[in-house]
Parts: sequence; structure tokens; C-alpha cells
Amino acid sequence: MLKKRIIPCLDIKDGRTVKGVNFINLRDAGDPIALAKYYSQQGADELVFLDITASHENRKTLLHLVTQIAQNINIPFAVGGGITSVEDAQRVIQAGADKVSINSAAVKNPKLIKEIADVLGSQSVIVAIDIKQVENQWTVYINGGRVATHKEAVHWAREAEQLGAGEILLTSMNHDGSKSGFAYDITNLIAQAVNIPVIASGGAGTYQHFSKLFTNSKISAALAAGIFHDNEIQLTELKNYLQQNNIPIR
Amino acid sequence: MVAILKYNAGNITSVRYALQRLGFDSIITDEPEHLASASHVIFPGVGEAGSAMSYLKERKLDEVIKNLKQPVLGICLGLQLLCTHSEEADTIGLSVFPTIVRKFPDTDLVPHMGWNNLTAIHGSLLEGITTADNFYFVHSFYAEPCENTVGFCEYILPFSAVLQKDNFFATQFHPEKSGSVGEKILLNFLKNS
Repeated sequence: MLKKRIIPCLDIKDGRTVKGVNFINLRDAGDPIALAKYYSQQGADELVFLDITASHENRKTLLHLVTQIAQNINIPFAVGGGITSVEDAQRVIQAGADKVSINSAAVKNPKLIKEIADVLGSQSVIVAIDIKQVENQWTVYINGGRVATHKEAVHWAREAEQLGAGEILLTSMNHDGSKSGFAYDITNLIAQAVNIPVIASGGAGTYQHFSKLFTNSKISAALAAGIFHDNEIQLTELKNYLQQNNIPIR
Repeated sequence: MVAILKYNAGNITSVRYALQRLGFDSIITDEPEHLASASHVIFPGVGEAGSAMSYLKERKLDEVIKNLKQPVLGICLGLQLLCTHSEEADTIGLSVFPTIVRKFPDTDLVPHMGWNNLTAIHGSLLEGITTADNFYFVHSFYAEPCENTVGFCEYILPFSAVLQKDNFFATQFHPEKSGSVGEKILLNFLKNS
């Protein structure tokens, strides 16, 4: 049976993990490779690296890091942040990533999804969608959640699928960081509306939140950052808990 | 030296890195003489069947691969191209394995993406593997079960996840991305001579 995936997300700036991680006995808590290795040994099914480096010249640092990650871990990983062209995507994949994640660039230029999918295959394109509920409508936001668009969430997810997205990574800004649970309703609605995997993100705080997300749902995966980095939730324990609750898990 | 077949398919370097982690040197090559003299040949690939096969034919690599005598491991698209025919771009394969590659019906999510276990296991490539172990799959086309199927997987329907015939081995999943159990399979393959 196909398993539900648990995906830790690491923010990268200038080749280093942004948030200090103090639970692992690491000599260097900002070393993304040590952290990636740790998570893969703990049973992470996949990893996402989000590059939040602002400047262009640091892209080289990122590509170098991507190669090092590929050399050191034995599970798939995606890289997002700053990918605005097919060439950007190709460079990241050639450096050793399995997938790229595109967000604002896809909203501003939807054709980019198709262009990347045509060259690298749909399976390597994650379209990340940040949404916020305003007056009963789920609106798509861009530029790190700072700018509202005219796009509605379900509609944009469908459009992304038609353009060749291989997966949807959906983050509810209303829930992100709240630790009060995922945005179950809208995530399920989108998982029903498309025929590609949907990754839920934002709001995870307890083991129960994950089991609720995966029970009787088409949602394929859950992504989280802080709760793993702060060791509030331990990956191995989370996976044991889900298994005991009859969620298909690796 | 292990040779990794170079052709127009993505993410071939991942296989090289996986071998590196296991302590094996490899070269990525499309030179027939390099392929012929290698101890093992890996035929990897993420990509589209039609254009991959045209690329191989243009360089006469189709005949080279079929006639290799050392252990050969096809991965993902590599497995599919070792079959008789693929529905993807109506592609004629290398006919090592007597089976057809079809597109998954869209009664569930396509591609089949993520970790899945095998339902029946035999053969030397899967030594030490159990039906509880999970492997990383990403594919929209599958090989129908045949007499050379040594590992089955179920997604939408049962299909060939692992094939084995003489010196030819193939996995639909990516052993290079399948954690420690994937490494076990690569080592099992490399034990053959």
C-alpha cells in the first residue's frame, strides 16, 4: 500500500539552516547536511529545502549545497525559493535535487509550470500555494504571504495541475505556526479537486493533528518545520503513533 | 568499475552518489567500449520513453545494451525500456523482459509517487528484503506482471516492481532514493559477477 509521507522542511540562508536546532548533538547546529542526514535516519520520507537567500550571487552557494545534500542523503528531496525560470530549475535538478518547488513565480507566470514540466517532467514540479481565508474565501497570496492575488485556492490548484504540476504543497497562512491543527477542510477540498498528490502544510502541533489529516483523506503528505526542529514532535515517535492508528506509514 | 549509462534522462548523478556512499567508483558514459568493459552496468532514468529510446537508437546503444553479458540493472524508465513495448509514445523496447508497459488508469492519483512495499518477493536481487520494506516510486507507467517478475507491487493494480532474467535485473522504484533498503538492493546487485 502506498504510504502517507512526512516531510520536514528546512529554511536555508546563505547555505546554512536558519533556525538553530539545539536538540541534536551537533557540533554545528546550522549545518543543513548534518540535519538532513539526521532527519533521513529518523525516518523522514522526503525533505524540502527552502532557500530564503535574498541576493542573486548566493545562488552558487545554494547549488553547491544541493550537490552536497544529494551526495549525503539517500531519500528524495525538493528545493524551493528563488526559482523563476526553467534554467533555474534545471540547475537545481542538475545539482542533484529530485524536485523543485515554485510559488510566486508560478502565479506571476503560470506558463513556467508547463515549461519546467516539459523539460524535467511533471514529477519534478511542486507548485507551492500559500492561502489565507478572508471572508469565507480562500485567497492565494504571494511574496512570502505579503501580497494578495485575485486567485482563489481551488481554482489555482486545478490550473496548476492542468499546466503540469506534479504535486501541490498547500500552506494555510491562517494555521501556519498556530500549532492548532492543519487546515483540514480546504486541504481536503483541494485533494478532492485534483488528481495529483497534495502536501498539507501549516498548523501541525500534535500527533493527533497528523492522524486527523490522514484519516479518510486523499491527502498524500504532511510538511512541517518548527515542531520537528524544536523537537516538540519526534519523527520516529510520530510515525509509530500513526502506524498504531492504522495510517499507512513507512 | 561500474558504468552508468548516460542518455537524455534526468537525475543520473543520484545513482553515482549512491554508489559513492557504498564505496563503489562509477563512470557515467555512453561509449560502447566503456559499457562493454565495465564490471556492472546501470541503466537508470527518469524521463519519457519515446525520446529516450530514440537517443539510444541513434547511438546504436540499443544493440549494445541487449548484448551485455555482465550484470545490468535497469531503474525506473530503464526497467520500462527493457520490456517489449511501452504505451508511452508507442515505444518499442529492448525486449529483454517479455512484458508490456501500460499507463496507470486514473482511478487513483497518477503518478504513483511515494513509498510502497512489495507484495511477493523472490530472487537474489531481493535477498534480505521483506514485504514490510518500502521503496520510493515515481512513475505513471507500469510493467505488467510476467514470468520474470520477482517482486510485485500493488498500486491501482498489481505490477512488476522487480524483474530478473539471466544477467538482467530491473527495479521500477529508485533504490538510490530508497534509504537503507535501497542500498541493500544495490549491494545485492553489485555482488553478482
